[in-house]
Amino acid sequence: MLEADALTCIRDDRTLFSNLAFRLKPGEALVLEGRNGSGKTSLLRILCGIRLPDAGAVTWGGTDIGKLGPDYHVHTAYVGHRDGIKLDLTPLENLAMARALGKPNDTTLEEALDKVDLYGFEDVLTRNLSAGQQRRLALARLLITETVLWILDEPFTSLDVHGIQVIEELLDRHTSGGGMLAVTSHHAVNLANTTIQRINLSELST
Amino acid sequence: MFNNFFHKMASPKYFYTIAGILIPWLAAGFVLLFLTGLYYGLVKAPPDYQQGDSYRIMFIHVPAAWMSMFIYVVMAGAGAIGLIWRIKLAEVVAISSAPIGAWFTFLALVTGSIWGKPMWGTWWVWDARLTSELILLFLYLGVIALYNAIDDKRTAARAVAILALVGVVNIPIIHYSVEWWNTLHQGPTVTKLDKPSIHLSMLIPLLLMAFAFKLYYAFVVLMRARCEVLDRERHTGWVRELAEKK
Amino acid sequence: MNSDSLLRAFTLLLKRDLTLAMRHRAEMINPLLFFVLVTSLFPLGIGADPKLLQAVGPGVIWVAALLAALLSLEGIFRSDFEDGTLEQFLLSSHPVSVLVLAKVLAHWLITGLPLLVISPLLGVLLGLPGDAILILLVTLALGTPVLSLIGAVGVALTVGLRKGGMILSLLVLPLYVPLLIFAASAVDTAAAGLPVTAHLSLISALLVLALSLSPLATAAALRISLS
Repeated sequence: MLEADALTCIRDDRTLFSNLAFRLKPGEALVLEGRNGSGKTSLLRILCGIRLPDAGAVTWGGTDIGKLGPDYHVHTAYVGHRDGIKLDLTPLENLAMARALGKPNDTTLEEALDKVDLYGFEDVLTRNLSAGQQRRLALARLLITETVLWILDEPFTSLDVHGIQVIEELLDRHTSGGGMLAVTSHHAVNLANTTIQRINLSELST
Repeated sequence: MFNNFFHKMASPKYFYTIAGILIPWLAAGFVLLFLTGLYYGLVKAPPDYQQGDSYRIMFIHVPAAWMSMFIYVVMAGAGAIGLIWRIKLAEVVAISSAPIGAWFTFLALVTGSIWGKPMWGTWWVWDARLTSELILLFLYLGVIALYNAIDDKRTAARAVAILALVGVVNIPIIHYSVEWWNTLHQGPTVTKLDKPSIHLSMLIPLLLMAFAFKLYYAFVVLMRARCEVLDRERHTGWVRELAEKK
Repeated sequence: MNSDSLLRAFTLLLKRDLTLAMRHRAEMINPLLFFVLVTSLFPLGIGADPKLLQAVGPGVIWVAALLAALLSLEGIFRSDFEDGTLEQFLLSSHPVSVLVLAKVLAHWLITGLPLLVISPLLGVLLGLPGDAILILLVTLALGTPVLSLIGAVGVALTVGLRKGGMILSLLVLPLYVPLLIFAASAVDTAAAGLPVTAHLSLISALLVLALSLSPLATAAALRISLS
């Protein structure tokens, strides 16, 4: 279970949010809303453990994620603004690297590519894929490791209607299988089988 | 009760007030010791039988060199404390010390050069200590440059702490290697800035100046730290109150 | 995570970086050209007197190696930073210092090893005797990894900055001084026909120190730069 307590984030002299608290259980999705610059990305990065909060703490199963380090990271997967893939590698090579960095699951790399509709593109240089295809490759990273919490920053960027549908289905399947989700999105997120918690950072800020 | 003291010390507002009280006393102490040291060094100490009166610049050069090393170690230590225990004040002390240390290093270089001129005939010689001080100056400038290049000051302080720690590990190695290099490439004349054999009448002004410089560092670092604290805490209530009072 | 998967991550990352370098093969030659060019500038600047060149040769070649290493170092984290793969390393279940070691090793193989290979040619250009050229090779073999390891800390501290390159030199060059002193002196001493075991032990000590401390410092610096 993920728990945030009294989280505060300050950037460039502005307090983006303070005393933020929430609890996320398996099967639930946290959807962050708010204007641009309201701190959504910063909050996600705090949940990842990349960014230190200015006050407060995030705990996983009761222990501070800062203390857990790799023991926390093994349960999480992050897809941020930037795709986290190398343009000069093929999709298979990219996924192989991503898989080696975490705890591999039973899905083969080819299966993962198929699930995001990239079947047939396994050996094409990622540079030659469209923006939407690159985004889907980035999201395919979620499918090849055994992770509980998926932290996604604007996952639907560059995706067309069909692509959005595919990804939403994957997210839904993840949470209904006991996974957790923390997402920001300008687009309304349709997750039929998931309990959704919404936090609007623009409404919270002073 | 001790725990309470540390907790209070770590509070920027408390520090600002206490520092404000200490500064005039430290400054007064510095002036006193400095003038006494100068008197003993320039007037009371006898001329050296080898170097005559020109050796007297050593009363500035040697303590300045000591300070340049001492301040770097303090900076690295404060940086480490700030990094490990995330105490903002430690970060502030670390970055406030950097320019002071750099100036002392520069002072050591200039006075070293002045000291050497009558002996060597030139303004600069690649003496072991001067060369080490020069590299130390670059290490300081690197810390200052890195801090200024990073926009978010919290991140900047942490980055600079790492740099200072890397530097502090390297300083003994650099020092040793430069000494070694100097013995290899010694010209026909010995260019070491040799302190004349220390006589009590020379030791006293040296120590007085050393303490004077420590007091100087103390009150200047507090002054700089206060400025840095105001800058960092400018969005808090107590700083706004202060600004409004003026 | 067990050591098996750690080893696999290390090897795969190493392979990945080497693959990426091979796909931009043309860029690999730049530090090498720089190395040769800078060394060749010296006779043009100070005169071609063989005795003079032989005297300054070791120092000149080593300074050129330092500068070439510095030039190529910037790229070690830049591309990963820009496409987001660098933060994935920080989010991995493996210790970041091991991943850093893989990247530094790859970087050395791509940029340091070529310097090694071409150095005898430069030794000949500056008229160094055979013994000296052999020792030059040994000092470069031991020393270029140190350049990559120490440099990596500097790059990690400046990876997010716009004008990172300028500051990098200021941060890293002072730290290179001991290596420069010991290595240039070793080649000099070898040219005089004297034993260099002391010099080589000192350089090896620097290598061991760098191997043990630099990946940790680099990992810490990366976490700070990416926060």
